Amino acid sequence: MLELQNINKTFNKGTPNAKQALNNLSIHLYPGDFVSIIGSNGAGKSTVFNAIGGSFLLDSGHILLEKKDITFLPEHKRAQQIGRLFQDPLRGTAPNMTIEENLALVYLRANKHRSIFGITNKERDFFRSKLAELNLGLEDRLKSKVGLLSGGQRQALTLLMATMVTPKLLLLDEHTAALDPATADKVLELTAKIVAAGNITTMMITHNIASALNLGNRTIMMNNGQIILDISGEKRKQITVPQLLELFKEKSQTVLDDDRILLA
Amino acid sequence: MSLTLLQGTLEQGLIYSLVALGLFLSFRILNIADLTVDGGFTLGCATGAVATLAGHPFLGLWLAVGAGTLAGLVTALLQTKLKVQPILAGIITMTALYSINLMIMGNRANLPLLKCDTIYTLLAPYLPAGYDKLIAIGCIVAVVVILLYVFLKSGTGLAVRATGDNPDLVRSSSINPSFTITIGLCLANAMVALSGAMLAQYQLFSDITNGTGMVVIGLASLIMGEAIIGRGSMQRCLLGTLIGSIIYRLIIAVAITSSLAASNLKLISAVIVAISISWPAIKEKIEFFKLKQTSKKQMP
Repeated sequence: MLELQNINKTFNKGTPNAKQALNNLSIHLYPGDFVSIIGSNGAGKSTVFNAIGGSFLLDSGHILLEKKDITFLPEHKRAQQIGRLFQDPLRGTAPNMTIEENLALVYLRANKHRSIFGITNKERDFFRSKLAELNLGLEDRLKSKVGLLSGGQRQALTLLMATMVTPKLLLLDEHTAALDPATADKVLELTAKIVAAGNITTMMITHNIASALNLGNRTIMMNNGQIILDISGEKRKQITVPQLLELFKEKSQTVLDDDRILLA
Repeated sequence: MSLTLLQGTLEQGLIYSLVALGLFLSFRILNIADLTVDGGFTLGCATGAVATLAGHPFLGLWLAVGAGTLAGLVTALLQTKLKVQPILAGIITMTALYSINLMIMGNRANLPLLKCDTIYTLLAPYLPAGYDKLIAIGCIVAVVVILLYVFLKSGTGLAVRATGDNPDLVRSSSINPSFTITIGLCLANAMVALSGAMLAQYQLFSDITNGTGMVVIGLASLIMGEAIIGRGSMQRCLLGTLIGSIIYRLIIAVAITSSLAASNLKLISAVIVAISISWPAIKEKIEFFKLKQTSKKQMP
């Protein structure tokens, strides 16, 4: 499905601020995988997403999506196949446009030859049925400007927009971190539902270790631009949060020790 | 103010409203201060006038639209492909257009169109006498407004609108923001140039200074329209822009009739723009001052 082959990225190369954000990272995702990613700040989690999404070009390595090399494909072209959600709920929607206009915009992705005379009633019915699935009452507010919605509502709407045309890959970058706990749970629940319904291959960054273990079928731990732990199946089912934390400490410590050895 | 003067003001207001609509597209929708407009307006005047002199006033309008589109395209390419800052890109195109406009007018700063057939004289026989110009201008503007409205509701139009609102979203909808910026700037400058061509044939001359300060005038109209009609739905915004443009011309007409010299026009325009743009800030200051005064009185 998705294959990252030895990808490398150093920011501010050749300056004293040089930071190797991705260090020979490789991973293979199978169709339908739901991978949760954990790791401390600066571990390179978001950088992996930016590399896959095309925000910058790699120093070396290859990115393959469904066996096609997308390493040099521009961001907007990758977006045809990749849906993305960010921590900031304001980032995925246009505030001065109505809910139906926002939905129509992303719906263009599937339907390049739509009517030139605005949104048709058929499309409107489709949007309404999709919004009803969110259970937030947004289906009655098609003509409201998105800027009037709360952060949670906007993030749920963004989730719907990112998945309305089923993407090959869904990238969730701490998409519930800016929401209150109750809303965050609700959005997570919606995420699980939508991902399961479309059997979408998904990667989710989270700082919530519990939800990292509850959601999905595979968990990855990152440190210093590398994957230090990759668990799935039975092993993942049996592991508890404290055990995982302990493992994280131990694993990242060894990496640190390695660094010290290198520097000595 | 006499009825004739009022009618003339209405006609001019409608002609200039196309500039305000162009700025609505670039300044409000794309969120880009596009200074190409100053040069683009004269470009429209020049192309329209030259074609009219050659006996093709209608072709002149189309040529102006084409020339305006090209001017917008140059600004857009500078911005998107060559990464020049938006304001600077507009200034570069505007500066280049000064020479190009002179070239089009045969290296003359002023091109009179006396005794030429214009779109207005050609259409006059088919329209009720006395209101012929007003109706001709009104029809052209109406067609442009309807086309613009339909465009903004279409798929591409949605993407253009989202570009000014949230470029990230445009990218994630698999549309290149460079593309939407280009479309928007081309359309905006096409409207501006059309306005120039209509004005040249209306006032029966084209002058190299016709476009000077046009950005400011367009913005003033736009903002006054917003102050009166408000910024709600797309219909409201378009209507507000038209009304703002007419009101701006009314203010100018009143200023001229009240014994102010015509040379003071641009000064008045600049003052109107400065006041209308800074109005929210001024209002806030006044309210703050009032609040302070009342709170002082309440002190024991």
